Amino acid sequence: MSKTYHLTTPLDDEITSKLHSGDIVYISGTIYTARDAAHKRLVDLLDEGKELPFDIKGAIIYFVGPTPPKPGDPIGSAGPTTSYRMDSYSPRLIAEGLKGMIGKGKRNEAVTDACQKHKAIYFGATGGAGALLGKKIESAEVIAYEELGPEAIRKLEVVDFPVTVINDTYGKDLYKIGRSQYEVK
Amino acid sequence: MREIAYEEIVKNVRDIIIYSASNLPQDALKAMKEAYENEKSPVSKEVLKQLLDNADIASSEARPLCQDTGLAVFFIKLGADVKVVGGLLKDAINEGTEKGYIEGYLRASTCHPFSRANNKDTVGYNLPAIIHLDIVEGDKIEIEYAAKGGGSENVSRARVFPPAAGKQGVIDYVKECISDAGPNPCPPLTVGVGIGGTFEKAAISSKHALFRDIGSKNEDPEMAELEHEIKTELNKLGIGTMGMGGTETVLAVHIEANPCHIASLPVSVNVQCHSSRHTHITI
Repeated sequence: MSKTYHLTTPLDDEITSKLHSGDIVYISGTIYTARDAAHKRLVDLLDEGKELPFDIKGAIIYFVGPTPPKPGDPIGSAGPTTSYRMDSYSPRLIAEGLKGMIGKGKRNEAVTDACQKHKAIYFGATGGAGALLGKKIESAEVIAYEELGPEAIRKLEVVDFPVTVINDTYGKDLYKIGRSQYEVK
Repeated sequence: MREIAYEEIVKNVRDIIIYSASNLPQDALKAMKEAYENEKSPVSKEVLKQLLDNADIASSEARPLCQDTGLAVFFIKLGADVKVVGGLLKDAINEGTEKGYIEGYLRASTCHPFSRANNKDTVGYNLPAIIHLDIVEGDKIEIEYAAKGGGSENVSRARVFPPAAGKQGVIDYVKECISDAGPNPCPPLTVGVGIGGTFEKAAISSKHALFRDIGSKNEDPEMAELEHEIKTELNKLGIGTMGMGGTETVLAVHIEANPCHIASLPVSVNVQCHSSRHTHITI
């Protein structure tokens, strides 16, 4: 049976261990945006032994490339992008302490294994709900790689940002569970 | 010969780009509401509700429906009795596209295929637009426009089968494509299927099929029946809204068929996410 949680960042093992595939979670606090190009740069920094532009311990990364804000708004539309493109980078960041990722779509085994091993969660947000999700973001500040435009790293303050647990710390996958319930063979 | 000013085309293109970004067309809204009514999975139903709320917020606040405001794709029917004055038609469409994306606060999503750089020096602000041009009778310009997102485009496929593959080969291929795609292309989907022609004709037809009103039937009864059959098969996959599991994975299957070479059966599948932003105007 799916449960509903209201969580505040940063996350720790105690929190992530409570969550199960299919649970609904409303996230408040700080989350960071990063997508393809920014992920490559983060992993390059780690390879060079340098510091990341934000504290990754207990952090959540949101895979999003928002539209430009209209004057007076903190951010434009901001729904999740397809996550598999980050698969080659996520296990490394999870090993460094990343506790949550928000995106949409399937992850590979290396990512789901890393989630199990290091007690991290892959959350799904509703793809295409950019107008609705953008309204859950109270502030946005570019903290790295401004030249990447929509792909720059932003520090977001969110309130009750709605997500669903896709991959939990126990190796479960909501996409597989959900589909098997409704598939007609 | 009717003269149409370059600037008029620029303005029309700009306006439809900005309007389409935040207003889901009526056919798409109707299909989404029907999916909401029919969906058996409570989780998928909840997500569909979020998407209907999203459409409301987007249109009432003029916010983009999705942060992926797409690449601008046009199918243009240019009347043979039209003369565009003040510049080239192609340039007018590109200028209108750039204006629409900048003035509508929409996301620039084009880049160089390898460097991934996105700036004015290389390809411009969401330029160039993808333009398919046809010359037809008459003195009007018909513009069919869609903002095509990357997530759904990435799962599209094309393949040339031997003729023996037949109808069943087409059904199996579309099933395989949508099954492998799973949650990634943002279901519920509209699936465009281009059948026949050549390799590239099938691909362009599968894209053009997505511009049809969602749920309208192919004029050829045999193709209309095949559309229905494929839709039924795809909804048995159980993928559901955003892949959460459910009964409503596909809003519609649209087929566009063409005669082909006696040796070939080209098939292309082009996928459209639930945010089916398409507009049709005539100047």
